[in-house]
Amino acid sequence: MLRDITIGQYFPGKSVIHRMDPRMKLILSLVYIVMLFCVGTEIGFLVPIVFLIVAIQISKIPMKMVLKGIKPILPLIIFTAVLNIFFVSGTPLVQWGFLTISLEGILVALKMVIRIIFLIMGTSLLTYTTSPIALTDAIEQLLKPLNKIKFPVHEMAMMMTIALRFIPTLIEETDKIMSAQKARGADMESGGLRQRIKAMIPILIPLFVSAFRRAEELALAMECRCYRGGEGRTRMRQLHYSRLDWYGAACMALCFAVVIVLNLFAPTLL
Amino acid sequence: MAIIKTEHLSHVYSEGTPFEKVAVGDVSLEIEQGAFVGVIGHTGSGKSTLIQHFNGLLKPTSGKIMVDGKDIWAEENKKNIRNVRFQVGLVFQYPEYQLFEETVYKDIAFGPGNMGLSEEEIHTRVSEAMEFVGLKEKYAQKSPFDLSGGQKRRVAIAGVIAMRPKVLILDEPTAGLDPKGRDKILGQIREYHQQTQSTILLVSHSMEDIAKYAGKVLVMNHAGVFDYDTVERVFSRSAELTRMGLSVPQVSRVFERLSSEGLSVSQNVYTVEQAQREILRLYTQKKEGFHA
Repeated sequence: MLRDITIGQYFPGKSVIHRMDPRMKLILSLVYIVMLFCVGTEIGFLVPIVFLIVAIQISKIPMKMVLKGIKPILPLIIFTAVLNIFFVSGTPLVQWGFLTISLEGILVALKMVIRIIFLIMGTSLLTYTTSPIALTDAIEQLLKPLNKIKFPVHEMAMMMTIALRFIPTLIEETDKIMSAQKARGADMESGGLRQRIKAMIPILIPLFVSAFRRAEELALAMECRCYRGGEGRTRMRQLHYSRLDWYGAACMALCFAVVIVLNLFAPTLL
Repeated sequence: MAIIKTEHLSHVYSEGTPFEKVAVGDVSLEIEQGAFVGVIGHTGSGKSTLIQHFNGLLKPTSGKIMVDGKDIWAEENKKNIRNVRFQVGLVFQYPEYQLFEETVYKDIAFGPGNMGLSEEEIHTRVSEAMEFVGLKEKYAQKSPFDLSGGQKRRVAIAGVIAMRPKVLILDEPTAGLDPKGRDKILGQIREYHQQTQSTILLVSHSMEDIAKYAGKVLVMNHAGVFDYDTVERVFSRSAELTRMGLSVPQVSRVFERLSSEGLSVSQNVYTVEQAQREILRLYTQKKEGFHA
């Protein structure tokens, strides 16, 4: 069950997208999300959809893997869709007691679902093609200006790196502890909500204990190697924008322009 | 009679993804009731995956597994998979990391409690289990987190023993312990085996421990069973074992060398006690030879 979590997973590869500068990928991902929410016409949705599908093809990441990332948030998507269907007012299509379904509601729900799905897929593509370390490097570089207002950028980036680094470890650990408790007859699959929450205690306590132990050991190991924060620290991997990155940026700009033009001139359904 | 039997058991991790890996492939095996089996194999040979099938924690991708004659994944038994876990107790590697209760007593009582036993029954089982692993009465009300590493491990083992499983599987129960703690735990396991007539499966990387405690040895290699036989017959395949990254006990190597140097010593020496006997035999033989 825990193996389904794909957020933060990295798929090593050598595709054009893998080789792009992580800073550019991060910026483009943010722009992509903005673009998803700027789309105003039905036809306009084709632009981000096609863009992402082409990007996934180029990255050579199996489509199945990208779609897997949607699974954990499926309940959220359904919840949003249902809310929108029932609570957006407009011309009623079906009326059933106090519940009305309107054409507008369905359209808004559909748009919302597409936006959420592609938002997740887009960010999954970012994490699939960028190693967590490169990603936090990129965040640190991009946030550097905040140093001026005494914001601890390096410390925050280091915390993120460590957090990302330990996600797989903790998942593995949880799996192990769950197996061990199941071997002693722990029942986690049946019973009411109360019982299920109670059944989590034998897992959470050992997990917390081991997380604290790991944190302590890691802190000690870092101190042993004379880590003392970001000041004066040089990096092994220097980030450089290449021609590739500018091509990527140009593609994104073009798509965004098309979206805006469509917003202005294309007809909408309603 | 076989307490655990597998038929063409296979387990594939992440089937159908780029990470697909066959962890156990086509294993057919019968483990007799009351046996003390040592399980050896290099890291990644499928030992851990295989033993997690024995108590129904993992479901085979294909093949069958029978515990006490019953196919545990058959339609009618599937719902009672928890009962299999009470029959086949599994102690994981570094089991001390699974402790969670406020007191040692409560932690050991977790398994029996899940079985739905009465308070008195739980009480007898906990005291019995604590005695088996050599934990004094006074530790019962202590927090498991205040104990030493070796004591914690004993609490965890007691937590499984308290379920009185017919089969006790231990995955490297001595990893990370000092030699004294190691001998103590293994000795207690042997005692448990002799007193309860239960079946023991002991996963270990120490050939010495296997030779000393086990009656039979299961050798895993490349996701399959390489050999399952008596200690003598398995360790006589010294060259093959070495090739797969395993070895035979150190004293056996000494005796192999002695024999290749021309001394007429027995080849079936696997423990220090056997070695002692063999050397004494040789010594007296030689002395008699002088006198004659």
